[in-house]
Amino acid sequence: MTTALATGQPVLELKGIGKEFGAIRALHEVDIQIFPGEVVGLMGDNGAGKSTLVKIIAGNFPPTHGEIRFDGKPVHFTRPIDARAVGIEVVYQDLALADNLTAAANVFLGRELKRKFGPFALLDHKTMATRAQELFGELRSETRPHDLVKQMSGGQRQAVAIARTRLSNARLVMMDEPTAAISVRQVEQVLGLIHRLKEQGVAVMLISHRMPDVFAVCDRVVVMRRGEKRADKAIGDTSPEEVTSLITGAKEAA
Amino acid sequence: MATPLDSPITFTNVGKARWWQSGIFASQTGYVLLALILLFVVMNFASPYFLTQGNMQNVAKNFSFIAIATLGMTLVIITGGIDLSVGSMMCFSAIITSMVMTQISTPGMPGAAWFVHLAADGKTVVANVPGLILLVSILAGLGVALIVGLINGCCIAMLGLSPFVTTLGMLSIVRGLGYVVTNGRGSFPGGPDADYFYALTSGAVFGLPAPFIYLVVLAGAMAVVLHHTSFGRHVFALGGNEKAAALTGISVVRVKIEVYVICALAAGLQGIIISGWLGSAPANMATSYELNVIAAAVIGGANLAGGVGGPLGAIVGCVLLEVIRNGLVLAQVNSYWQQALVGVIIIAAVLVDRIRSRLI
Repeated sequence: MTTALATGQPVLELKGIGKEFGAIRALHEVDIQIFPGEVVGLMGDNGAGKSTLVKIIAGNFPPTHGEIRFDGKPVHFTRPIDARAVGIEVVYQDLALADNLTAAANVFLGRELKRKFGPFALLDHKTMATRAQELFGELRSETRPHDLVKQMSGGQRQAVAIARTRLSNARLVMMDEPTAAISVRQVEQVLGLIHRLKEQGVAVMLISHRMPDVFAVCDRVVVMRRGEKRADKAIGDTSPEEVTSLITGAKEAA
Repeated sequence: MATPLDSPITFTNVGKARWWQSGIFASQTGYVLLALILLFVVMNFASPYFLTQGNMQNVAKNFSFIAIATLGMTLVIITGGIDLSVGSMMCFSAIITSMVMTQISTPGMPGAAWFVHLAADGKTVVANVPGLILLVSILAGLGVALIVGLINGCCIAMLGLSPFVTTLGMLSIVRGLGYVVTNGRGSFPGGPDADYFYALTSGAVFGLPAPFIYLVVLAGAMAVVLHHTSFGRHVFALGGNEKAAALTGISVVRVKIEVYVICALAAGLQGIIISGWLGSAPANMATSYELNVIAAAVIGGANLAGGVGGPLGAIVGCVLLEVIRNGLVLAQVNSYWQQALVGVIIIAAVLVDRIRSRLI
């Protein structure tokens, strides 16, 4: 599974990214490249700088130092919408779904399809349901467009959240702890969803604490510790034991 | 790498909701409507006067007097907010409308020359353009409602104040302003356009009271807006998960301001209609009506936690309250019981919903 590695142009390239909050150095000299169709695991203990890195890539705040290149071009995000505009989507841990709306409504939330009726623009329910059904089909998820999110399992909710990213044809999807707090069967579903994204050439960054999940789907793992990148290895060249010791600091770098 | 996901998609592990488990049948609105129909049947047997045309017109008119404001309130409640200032708003809009109407219909008052002149006999006041006075005064009443709604919305959406506190303050401010501008006295719609005003507010078309017609039109418009426009979708999303709504790029601030403006406008219109029926706009008009309006919305199924509600529920809640009041009068029960009974119904409606959602 080292297909796209080192071939072609990286979809996202971070060069010397640093971030300081006052006197606190949250990130220091982080370099990461992600290629299309590649799944990269981002691991690290709490406070290692994972969330800060994700927020910088997602445009929540700009880095203090360094450069972000997307598709080879330098980009500067000041708001999340800037990152979304170039094709970076984040699937949040709490999924950011409205429970009281249907799956289709959630997929299209904020970018509803409309049809003109004279001076009025009314929602095009039928097209949105059809398109949502297609997206769930692509993801091979047992999710029906008209079901309420309230009544769904954790795996189905993930499918809805991921279908959102497919809708915008995202190039890079960052998933924040997608497998925390869901059942074993649902974890399998979510890992399957990540495979579907990969098949379609989407780059995925998986932020997770769960070693088995990272080793099941990722092509590469990046380990953060104390705001620095300590390792960046193809999954075949490392082991859960090595990653654990890198995360805890028992091993300094690899 | 083979995953179990390579197997074909099936829906075997996700049950399909039965028709009675979804839509209106599974909603509080649904069984409050059922209770209402039962109540109609019972009342029909209990009193021969209940289903007479006169009594039904009375009921239709009376519930329309809070139902338009309840539509606006329901919209605010769906977003997870509350507006306590509607009672004061009704009164203030009514006061402004009748004061403006009187002012610009009185020759000699500043600005009145644009609207009226004296007839040849030197006594009769004649409108320059019939209907213009009415239009201007109603726009003035709705204009102050718009401003109050904007202030409510901006405080809540932009400054992040709690809706309860903001609108509680506004309740007092607007009521106080009403007393200030009238000096505590009532104001009366007067002048050459007063007849149009009464016709529009307390008249009837084909036996249907005018307020009832406005209500049906506005409720229909609200149903379309809520379920078939992206604004309506965003209103529901805001009540379901405000953070999610913001993350998907919905302009939360704008939607919130809009719902408070619409709520204030609905209350203002409601107040103007009530003053037409009363024939005056006393400074203590519609005191504590906000509680009736909220009660009707909640009985009709609007969830104060946000995300649930609709125009049908708002109307059903108002009709239920009015039918109970009417029924108690017909049954010659001491009318003071009404208030106690309304309280019981509010709790019962919410309780039944809680029990139902645990059972299914």
